[in-house]
This record gives sequence, structure tokens and C-alpha cells, in this order.
Amino acid sequence: MDKPLNIMLAGFGGQGILFAGKIVAYAGLIDGREISWLPSYGPEMRGGTANCSVCLSDEPIGSPLVTEPDALIAMNLPSYEKFIDTVRPGGVVIVDATMVNVTPTRSDLRFFAVPATQLAEENELKGLANVILVGKLQGATAFSNRQSLETAIDKSVSAKRQDLAEANKRALVLGEMTV
Amino acid sequence: MAEKVLMKGNEALAEAALRAGCRHFFGYPITPQTELAAYMAKRMPKIGGTYLQAESEVAAINMVYGASAAGVRVMTSSSSPGISLKGEGISYMVGADLPAVIINVQRGGPGLGGIQPSQADYWQATHASGHGDGHIVVFAPSTVQEMADLAARAFAVGDQYRTPVMILADGMLGQMMEPVVLPEPLADDDLPAKPWAIDGHKNQRPHNTISSLFLAAQQLEDSITSRFERYEQIKAHEQRAETYLTTDADVVLVAYGAAARIARSAVNKARELGIKAGLIRPITLWPYPVDTIESLIPSASAFLVVEMSMGQMIDDVRLVINGRRPVSFFGHTGGVIPTPDEVLVAIQRAHAGEEFRVVPIHSKLTGGAA
Amino acid sequence: MSKSATLAAEKPKILFERPKALSDVITNYCPGCSHGIVQRLVTEVIDELGIEGSTVGVCPVGCSVTAYDFYNCDMAQAAHGRAPAVATGIKRALPNNVVFTYQGDGDLASIGMAETIHAATRGEKITVIFINNAIYGMTGGQMAPTSLPGQVTQTSPYGRDVATAGYPIRVCELLSTLDGVALAERVTVDSPKNVRAAKKAIKKGFEYQIEGLGYTLIEVVATCPTNWGFSAKEAITWLQENMIPYYPLGVYKDAKAIKGDA
Repeated sequence: MDKPLNIMLAGFGGQGILFAGKIVAYAGLIDGREISWLPSYGPEMRGGTANCSVCLSDEPIGSPLVTEPDALIAMNLPSYEKFIDTVRPGGVVIVDATMVNVTPTRSDLRFFAVPATQLAEENELKGLANVILVGKLQGATAFSNRQSLETAIDKSVSAKRQDLAEANKRALVLGEMTV
Repeated sequence: MAEKVLMKGNEALAEAALRAGCRHFFGYPITPQTELAAYMAKRMPKIGGTYLQAESEVAAINMVYGASAAGVRVMTSSSSPGISLKGEGISYMVGADLPAVIINVQRGGPGLGGIQPSQADYWQATHASGHGDGHIVVFAPSTVQEMADLAARAFAVGDQYRTPVMILADGMLGQMMEPVVLPEPLADDDLPAKPWAIDGHKNQRPHNTISSLFLAAQQLEDSITSRFERYEQIKAHEQRAETYLTTDADVVLVAYGAAARIARSAVNKARELGIKAGLIRPITLWPYPVDTIESLIPSASAFLVVEMSMGQMIDDVRLVINGRRPVSFFGHTGGVIPTPDEVLVAIQRAHAGEEFRVVPIHSKLTGGAA
Repeated sequence: MSKSATLAAEKPKILFERPKALSDVITNYCPGCSHGIVQRLVTEVIDELGIEGSTVGVCPVGCSVTAYDFYNCDMAQAAHGRAPAVATGIKRALPNNVVFTYQGDGDLASIGMAETIHAATRGEKITVIFINNAIYGMTGGQMAPTSLPGQVTQTSPYGRDVATAGYPIRVCELLSTLDGVALAERVTVDSPKNVRAAKKAIKKGFEYQIEGLGYTLIEVVATCPTNWGFSAKEAITWLQENMIPYYPLGVYKDAKAIKGDA
């Protein structure tokens, strides 16, 4: 039995936070785990911060709201500042270093600074910094596996935009391989 | 077995309603039920159904009244302030014995309130959904799967007893995604006949009338008392509750919907600390699952009600317990979501023999003796 | 000529009988009230079109609140002002049936104005019979949205003061601006000639609905002798001298006339 993993994904509206969370959740579903995905909603979605709680567990999930994440993906500075102190000791923090220029203040975390936005632009994957960071989450925690994540991408990309699936998968691998 | 898919609660409920034979939806936009109406707007035209965005909640519920009177399965959805506007139509449907499914994806109130998840409409749903002497059946889902399952169940119960049925959800259940196995679609033949419907008598039968009007007091009393006999049948057959680790529980939590998920996590934490905690999760809020609570009074030493309100369902718990055990309360309101750790502290206090009511006052939790 | 043919020829011709669609019950309407005439016209039209078996009526809150007892077609009672919404629900569920509402001025133009305007602009294929008698009858003579300037009622005891109570609403004129409306016609029933014209308008409304042209409304300028405080005959005179000048009879919108084939 794998350990439960509670993940907070946060950033600006438009960075694909909810989509990134959906890929993580769908991978958990494919792996046969209990999962939940809870977005922030309301006015803060419009131009403000967006965040998303994803829980992966082998037990039925109680509260789907992640207040003490085991992993944090932060795609902008306000989100990083809002959630960094909530991460459990020993937890994983992954930031988009193109957007978040910080030096970690906590020594009890595994900290990964991935220049995801820059990597996306360099690799003709514009707009897929979010998926690169999901790849990094897989690289850092092995919460799922490549095959499940690729199927999750197929399920999460809308039926009309299946042409985008391949780019998403490249972004995933790029993130997973990033040191 | 059908495939597990990842869906939002609002969308799973909508799809399950379609599979239960609902082909008519009347609504008015409000957060956080938006996806439900949007799903209906997308799907209904493709399957020969009706999606109509009404000019108001008042109009929407009266369109529901008309469509139900005509004999079809019909639904509306809204959130707390919109449900207040529907109160008139709900009362008329109760009085005219019309089935319909009404969704309340609750948010914080009173007034315009907020848009975050809340359970502050319990009293309204179970005790005062509209004026007059009457009830509606109220279901309380706790998972996305149950959003789907109870939608199907609501149509069946509504038709069986000729009553409006409310699904009392909240913004969390509406917005969150979980895996769900959707119910099998019903065929047209599976839908019950409605000989009382006003669908045109085709010169084959006397004319039908749908009305809640009885100008003679005795006639009105007779119509109400006959409906209350039906309510007794509903109470006898439709009470539903789930129990979790209650067999040996000293402290029994009572919570529904989203709050029950948090309470369940807290029960697990308490068990890790060696406290025998358990959970009763009402699935029907009306009829209230009094039998389940009653059955646990002998073995439990204390009850703890957890709600996302200042304490509403606790009244119904107290009515059952009737002073035989201490009944404590823990809650947050206005869209603030309780955490399992907060509830754990409440469990510890109840376990230590305290009876208390803990509610937020100016961002601080306070709670003395109940 | 055979004997039986002779007998048949001599059989008395029925000149007047109760319409089949009109129940054989005593109504609760006052002497001199227009409701009885209008309801009879509606049922005559239902008979002539042969649609009793497919017609569903919606009665409102007001003096016609129990009208479900007076018609032989299927009927629904509606909350005050909500008849257009209820009719919308019925028609969307039963698009091949004929659906009509029968509403007074308080129901249609006050508490139910939003439902009226929106059913009209959606072009709901329903027929609305609108009884405008410029007063609330059932509750005992209060000011209506159509009460005339200066009209004395229980709640305008010094006469309707337009400075504080506003002006009457002319429903046909208002609705005629909406694209969803197929027919808006104002009639009255103060004389045999006008009764015949009213019936023609009501029949046209039902026919337009059956043809799927849109929302149809027939406004009947009507009497309320009891609450106006007149005899039946005086009420007709008051209607002719006061109501008709403010609410001119005529066709305000006719989808076929606009297309030039009426």
C-alpha cells in the first residue's frame, strides 16, 4: 500500500493549474487509487490566483481540501508565499523558477526549482509549463508511472484537441527528466 | 461493470439525471451550481430534451411545476439564495402532489452571503422549504458517486410518493472531481405511468386537475392528513444513513455531506490515538434517520455533531437523544471549511466527558458548556 | 320521400346549447361580470377546433381561481402571476398539445409581469386570455396595475393618483414591441357585435398557437360591477365611457398581417 499523497497546485488563473491537477488525479484513478480534485472557485479565478487540491490515497478520502500538502507546485510568487509554510516537514516543493525567484527558507523540505516556463518556450511547448511541473512531481515522488500519466493526458485533453496530447506527453517527459 | 470516469459533482449529478429519464430542466444561473446547468444546456438539445434558462428562479420552479403536472421527469438546480426564491413553487408542488427534483448546491448565507461551500440551509430544506403544513424528501450526498446515485434515486422516490425531492449538496461536492460509475440509463418503458397527469384527456377519461387549492377548511385538512399518511410511509421506508466504526464507538459523530468527509478523517485520527470514535452519516435529512441514531444510544457515551453552519441539524439529533446522552457541537460557517484536526480536538473533549458548543466568533473558535 | 326522411327533416334544429368543453356547473361569477361570457367563448372555440382532448388550461389566482371546475379539458391551477411559467413548463413537455392561460390584470400585469414579458419574448406557443377589468375582484376591489387615473378603489380611496401610484399599464401596446408575440389583440364583450369579434380573436389566438407562430394574447376589456359599485348595465356604460378610451380596441400585433397574408 502506497502512502497517501496530498498535493496543492497553485498559480495564476490561465497557467493551467486545474488542468495539471486533473492529470495528476486521472493518473491516480488509472492506478486504481482513491482520488479527489478540488478547485478554488469564484471571482479569484478571474485574473487572480487559482489553486487546486488533489488527494491520492488507498483509503476513502475524507476532506478533499488540502491544508497540509505533502507536495506543493507553485507557479507564481503569491502562491508560493501563501502555501510554503503549510507544507508538511519532509514534503516536496516544486516551483516554476522562471516565475518564482526565491531561495528556500525551510530546510525540512525537498525543494526543486524548475525553469518550466523557459523550458516550455525553448522546446516549442509554449503554455505547457504546468505539465512540465507535473513531470517533475513524478520525477521527485514517483507517485504514478509514465504509462498512467500518458493515459491521463489522453483522458484530460478534450476530445476535440487530441492533437495537443503529444505535446503534453513531451512536456511530461521533459519535466520528469529535469534535474 | 461500467467504467470509472473523473467528473465534477455538478456534472455527474446532471448526467445521472439524464440517465434517470429527465428530459426537462429549468434554471437560472448562480454560483456554485453553474456546471450543472451548463451540462444540461449542452446535452438536452442533443437528446431531444428541454433546457430553458428562465427569467428568474421563481419562473424556473413554476416551469418545473407545469412540466411535472404534464407528467414528465423534470429538474431544477440552484444555490442558497435562489432556493429561497423557489420556496413558493416548492410549496405549491407539495400542495399539488407533484414530483420534481430540486438541487441546492449550498453556499454561505444569509442574504447574498458568499459563494464558498456551506450547510446553512439545513433548516430551510428540512423544516421550511415553503409555507404550509408539509415536507419534501431531502437527500444529502457526500461523494461525487452519491451525487449521481442519489439523483437517480430522487426521481424514483419523487414519482413513487408524488413529492418534490431535494438534493442538498454544497459547493465542495459540486465543484470537486472524483471517480464515478454512472448509473445505467433507463429506457422510456422503465418510467412509471402517471394517470393523474394533465396531458390532454384525448376524450378517453374525465378531465384531470392539478391544484393545491381547497377553499373549504375541512377539504384542506383532509388533503393534508392524507398526505401525512404518505409521509409516514416515507419515514418507514426511506430513512437512509451510513455508519462508520460505530459498533464499539464511545464518541459518535453525526455529520452529513461535505462535513461528514471531514468527520470521517477526524474519526480515523481519533482511532490512531486510541479513542473509540465512530460516525453516523445521514443520507436522508428528511425523513431523518432517527432509527440509526436511536440504535446507538445504548452503546455510545457521547454524541458530537459537526456541521458547516452555526448548528442546525443538531436540533434533530437532540430530538432523538432527548437528554439521554450529552450532545456537543463543532462547526464553521460562511464557507470556512473545518479541518480534521479541529474536529479531532472536539472528539477529545467529548471523550473526556465535556458537553460543549464550539463555533467561530470573530475568527476565533470559542466554546464553553453547551 | 320516405317516412323517416320526412321525420328527420322535421326534427327541431338546435340553435343554442352548452359547449361541450364547458362544464355543467354553476360558476362563482357575479351578475354582469364579463368572465362568464369570455369563458363561454373560449369553450366554444375549443369545441369548434375539436381540441378539447388535447387542450390543457392554466387558471390563475383571482376570480377565476377555480376555473378548473368550469372547463372539461385538463386543467392546472397556478400560483399568483405564474401561469405563463406553468404554461411554459406544460407546453415544453407537451409540444403537440394546446395550452392556454386565463389571467386577470393583477395576475398578468402586476405580480406576473416578469413571467408575462418573458413568455412573450420567448414566443412560447401558448394562448393567453387576459381579463382587464381595472380592479382586483377576488380580494374585494383593490387598485390594479390597469386601474384608471382617478379611479376610486379600496386602496386608492381618493382616486388613483398617478403622482404616487403611477400610470396604468397598456398590455397590448407593451407586448406588441416583442418579436416573440404572434398576436396581441384587444377586444371587449359589451355588445353582441363585440362578443362575436372577441370570439373571432380568441379563435385566431388558438389557431396561431396550433400553427406554431408564437405567443398569442387576447386582452378583454371587462366589467366588474360588484367592485366598481355599479349595476350590470351601469358597468357596461362605465366601461364604454372610461375604459375603452384608455384601452382602445384593435389588433396591436398580428404576425400574419405583418407578413401580408392575414
